[in-house]
Amino acid sequence: MWIGIKLVANWSCKMTKLGQTVAMGVSEAVQSQPVITAPFGKALVEAGARNPKILGLTADLGKYTDIFPFKEAFPDRFFNIGMAEQNMVGIAAGLARTGFVPFCTTYCVFATRRAYDFIAIGCALSRSNVKIIAGLPGLTTGYGATHQGIEDLALMRSIPNLTVIDPCDATETMQAVHAIAEFDGPVYMRLLRGQVPVVLDLATYRFSLERAQRLREGTDVGIISTGLMTGRALEAVQTLSALGIEATLLHVPVIKPLDVATIAELAATVDLLVTAENHVVTGGLGSAVADLIVACQTKNKLIKIGIPDHFVECGSLPYLHTKYGLTAENIVSTVLSALHQPS
Amino acid sequence: MEETQRKERRAADIQRLRQRSKNLRQHILTMASGKGQGYIGQGLGIADILAALYFYEMKYDPLNPRWEKRDRFVLSTGHYSIALWAALVEAGILPASELPQYGADQCRLEMSTIDTTPGVEMTGGSLGHGLGQAVGMALGLRLAGESSRVFVELSDGELQEGSVWEAAMSGSHFQLDNLVAIIDCNGIQADGPMVMNIEPVADKWRAFGWETTEIDGNDMTQIVAVLEAARQPLNRPKAIVARTLPGKGVASIENCEKAHFLNTTHVDWNQARRELELQND
Repeated sequence: MWIGIKLVANWSCKMTKLGQTVAMGVSEAVQSQPVITAPFGKALVEAGARNPKILGLTADLGKYTDIFPFKEAFPDRFFNIGMAEQNMVGIAAGLARTGFVPFCTTYCVFATRRAYDFIAIGCALSRSNVKIIAGLPGLTTGYGATHQGIEDLALMRSIPNLTVIDPCDATETMQAVHAIAEFDGPVYMRLLRGQVPVVLDLATYRFSLERAQRLREGTDVGIISTGLMTGRALEAVQTLSALGIEATLLHVPVIKPLDVATIAELAATVDLLVTAENHVVTGGLGSAVADLIVACQTKNKLIKIGIPDHFVECGSLPYLHTKYGLTAENIVSTVLSALHQPS
Repeated sequence: MEETQRKERRAADIQRLRQRSKNLRQHILTMASGKGQGYIGQGLGIADILAALYFYEMKYDPLNPRWEKRDRFVLSTGHYSIALWAALVEAGILPASELPQYGADQCRLEMSTIDTTPGVEMTGGSLGHGLGQAVGMALGLRLAGESSRVFVELSDGELQEGSVWEAAMSGSHFQLDNLVAIIDCNGIQADGPMVMNIEPVADKWRAFGWETTEIDGNDMTQIVAVLEAARQPLNRPKAIVARTLPGKGVASIENCEKAHFLNTTHVDWNQARRELELQND
């Protein structure tokens, strides 16, 4: 049963030509899919027009993080800090202390692995109004382990005071930009860049910093997804429905603070929970749900779909997604085998 | 005649500031004797610079520490908090009654600076953060059209953190005339005397595009002169390399083994106070 939100497109996992390594600046969309170009930059320009305190910063990755529309619109409010991520975050914290709202862009790997202390101490501890927008989350590049931000959610989720967001498409990216521009506090948000698919309907979907989103209701299984895996989960629940299995699909764009009530409510109504995330299975959404069901003592069976606990090699995205199970097909087969296993 | 008056005024200013330094050091001894340990050497060493900043150079409102038009002082070495607490008490931003609570449970005068305490611009403790945030503040103040300035203290050991040089590069790139870095060079770090050579300090800052002056950081005349010179608009930030003596002003602490973290169980605090009173300016 579809509820509430009109979904404009299914996210296909059949993407670029198989066997071709995808490096930088390549979209996640297939040709037939509706897309919005640079939704982050577009929304940031709108937010910047409304609030003159919003600034744009990047660490020599402006071109690759869709922030150049903001630079073109507000050249005096844009600063390229060079290849110095910890310095960018430090400067942003200082700017925030003088009343500005800096949006900083780089890749997930550099924001988290290189600038961790500066995010933790400079931003989170002081509740500075700094927004960190991080590109190439999980397996959205085939460039190799140095550029694949596969453990960023785990790192960021463990920092107190920080809000952590993994949007699933262009609609949510744009709405989340406006939401965090209004919100006073430090935010880490994953960035989908370039030609970003539209999965959720811009007119009817309402992103919330507090609430997870039930996209579908069913009693056989609860699928809890975030980021680009939500598009694949949407495809999976339709396939499952055709097979007579009705799933509840709960999309959790805000990993922290987690919408504990909605997840606990779901855990209380189904036996089987499957989490799906574009991230390692250690420390991300799946781990957060595991913590929660232990605390709630709901005794669910939980299966975590995500990247296994090791670094990923270079390769084409379809190849890597299939190899590491970030596909609708893997969600379907995981649910089927779990339901058919004697408990 | 004018020149004579100017010289007399200057001499009176210096005398007044030396008294402030002495007061700061008294506050530091009050805190140190209460806690029995801490970063006392660094605190006493930098007291003259803080006295000049808080009672000569910076504009602020003790009744409204968050006044938007204030000059900012960023203490990058959070463990020097003992000196900042002394300055904030002397400036009337914090009450003297809190001095004995330095480092105690539930105190506001923590062993390392925390920005929830009034008058503190940045939470310190993790080294290499202050200059980047100060660059951000200076940039923000300029963007906002404010004439306020940002003074940031760093230490020689801290210069080993790479983030300092990233921030130094950006300070001159953005031509932050409203930014002054004061590098407290006291020659000690956690594991002893400088474990990694960072000299020549002044040349490094010059190479990074900062207008740089080296002074004796315990000589009030030199401190005042360099702060005045740093007001000059030059389209670049200013660096003051200040050589200081850990424990300055209290002979028994000056003569301690130069340690990063001083255990003071052997210090006779009454004797220390007497030494401070007898200090020859």
